[in-house]
Amino acid sequence: MTATVLNSFDMTQRWMRALIRQPWWIAITLVQPIIWLLLFGALFKAVTEIPGFEAASYNDFLAPGVIVMASVFAAGWNGMGTLEDLQRGVMDRFLVTPVSRSPLIIGPIAQVSIVIVIQSLIMVGISLAVGAEFPGGVHGIAALFLATVLLAATLAAFSQAIALVTRQEETLIGIVQFVVLPLTFLSACFMQLDLAPGWIQDLAKFNPVNWTVEAGRDATSAAADWGFIFERIGLLAILAAFSIWVATRAFRSYQRSV
Amino acid sequence: MQEAIAASDIHKRYDETVALDGLTFAVAEGSIFGLLGPNGAGKSTTVKVLTTLTTPDSGEAAVAGLDVLNQGAEVRRRIGVVAQASSVDEEATGRENLVLQGRLYGIRGRELDRKVDGLLERFGLADHGGRIAKGYSGGMKRRLDIAMGLIHDPKVLFLDEPTTGLDPEVRAQMWAEIRRLNAEDGLTILLTTHYLEEADQLAERLAFVDRGKVVVEGPPEQLKAELSGDTVAIEIGKSVNGRAVEALRGLAEVRELQALERAVHARVDDGAAALPALLAALSAAEVPVAAATVARPSLDDVYLRYTGRSFEQAEQAKEKNDDEGSDR
Repeated sequence: MTATVLNSFDMTQRWMRALIRQPWWIAITLVQPIIWLLLFGALFKAVTEIPGFEAASYNDFLAPGVIVMASVFAAGWNGMGTLEDLQRGVMDRFLVTPVSRSPLIIGPIAQVSIVIVIQSLIMVGISLAVGAEFPGGVHGIAALFLATVLLAATLAAFSQAIALVTRQEETLIGIVQFVVLPLTFLSACFMQLDLAPGWIQDLAKFNPVNWTVEAGRDATSAAADWGFIFERIGLLAILAAFSIWVATRAFRSYQRSV
Repeated sequence: MQEAIAASDIHKRYDETVALDGLTFAVAEGSIFGLLGPNGAGKSTTVKVLTTLTTPDSGEAAVAGLDVLNQGAEVRRRIGVVAQASSVDEEATGRENLVLQGRLYGIRGRELDRKVDGLLERFGLADHGGRIAKGYSGGMKRRLDIAMGLIHDPKVLFLDEPTTGLDPEVRAQMWAEIRRLNAEDGLTILLTTHYLEEADQLAERLAFVDRGKVVVEGPPEQLKAELSGDTVAIEIGKSVNGRAVEALRGLAEVRELQALERAVHARVDDGAAALPALLAALSAAEVPVAAATVARPSLDDVYLRYTGRSFEQAEQAKEKNDDEGSDR
C-alpha cells in the first residue's frame, strides 16, 4: 500500500517533469480555454435576453461551463501519453518491475488534474476581470474544482483504458473526438437546460459532464444547495474510482495480447 | 546445479499466429544461455512469458525457483529485463530514468543515489547523466537500458537481442560487459540473439529456436562437434542447382549434401583433400562454379542440419512474410 502511494507520487513527478519541459505546450493549453471563454462570452451575450434565462450576465453563467469544457478536452487526450509509453517500450519496462498497476494510471491523471486546476484558476481570474461574479465565494470555487477534477479523472482513466486496449493512435483520436463534443453540448455548459429541447434534458440526466457543470454552477451561485452539490460530487467520485479500476483491468487485456 | 530458468512445453498463440509451440529448455544457475533463432522464431515471446509480461496459453515456467504464473510479483523482484527495443524514457535524463526505475523496486534515498552513481559510472554515462536521453546515441541508450535492468541487483538477467543495431565496436564492448556481469556479478543471463557469432562467443549453452520450438540444444562446441568433418560450400548459379546435386551425390567423399538456393553444401571428412574431386565432378556435369570454400562446421551448419534451411534463408523468409515489422 505504501509502495503504491509512493510510486503514484513518483509517476506524477515523471509526468509533471515531462510537461514542464514543453513550455509551448503549456502556453497553448493555458491560452486555449481563455480564448473559448472570451469568444463564447461575446458570441452568446444575447442569450440572457431569452425569457426564462435566470443568470443576470452570461459571463457569470459561462465561467463554470468553460472550466468544465476545458477539463473534458484536456482529460480526453490523457491516453496519448499512455500510447507513447506503449510504443517506446517504457510501459513494458514498468510492467516487469514490482510496481502495481494503479500508479501507472494515476500518474497521468494527477498531471492532467494539476494542469486543470491551474487552467481553471486562470479562467476564474479572467472571468473576474471581464465582470463575472462568483457569489459562492472560495468554497464554491473549490467545490467546482473538485467536481471538475473528479470528472477529468474519470475521462482520463477511460482514455488510458482505450489506449491500452486499442494501442492505436487513430482509434483513440477518433473515439475522443466522437465523445467529447456531444458530452459537452448535451449538458448545461453553455445553455440553461430547461431552455433546451426535452430530449437533451433527458440525455443530460445521465451525462457526468452535466452533473459536474450543474454542481459547479450551483456551488458558485449565491444560493448554493450543498446537499445537491455533495450528492453530485459523491457520484463523480464513485465514477472516477470505477473508471480507474477499469483502466487497471485494461492492463490485463494489453498483457494478454502483447 | 540448480536451474535458474526452467520452461516446459510452453504454448502461446496470437490470433492465427502460433508464436510458441511446446517450447522447453532449462538454464543452469550462474550460466549464460543463448536462445538463438531467426526473427520471428519466438525468442521475444519466450522472454515476455518468462518475465511475466505476458501469459502463455499453456505450459509451465519457473524463474529463480519461482513459478512465473502464480508468483509473478516475486519473480519480478528477482529479474532484470532489457527488452529488444530501447525502453528509455526519452523525455527524461539518464539519471531520472535510473532513479525512477530504482524507486519502482522500493529503493530510495542515499542507497538509490549510490546505486545510480555507480551504474552511470560503470556504463560510461557519468558525464551524460544530466542530459535528456533523447540526445543519446544508440549505444548510450542501450547501456542505459542495461543499467536500468541492474538497479535492484537481480539474480537473473534477460537480454533480448542486446546488440541488434549496434555498430561492431559497441557490440564488442557490450560482449565484454555481458561476460563481466556473468563472471564478476554471478548473474544468470538469458540472451536471445539472431547473430550466430554472438551466441558462439558468449553462451555456455544454447538452444536453436525455430517456429516456436527448441530444435536442438547444447554447448556450442558440442553442437559443432556433432557435425563431424568439414563443410565445403560451393556457390553456383541458381538454374544448375539440381544438376550439381546429381553430380555430387554419387561421390564417395560426400557424407551429406544440402542444396540451398544458390549454393550446395557438402559435408566431407577432409575438406582440402575432397575439394578437387568435387570440382572435377561439377566440371564434368558442366556446372559453372562461382566460388568454393572449406570450413569447419559453424553454428549455421548446425542450424541447417536441424531445420533444413540456412539461417540466412530463414531470416529472409521471415522478412518477406511479415512486412508489418512487429517482432514476437
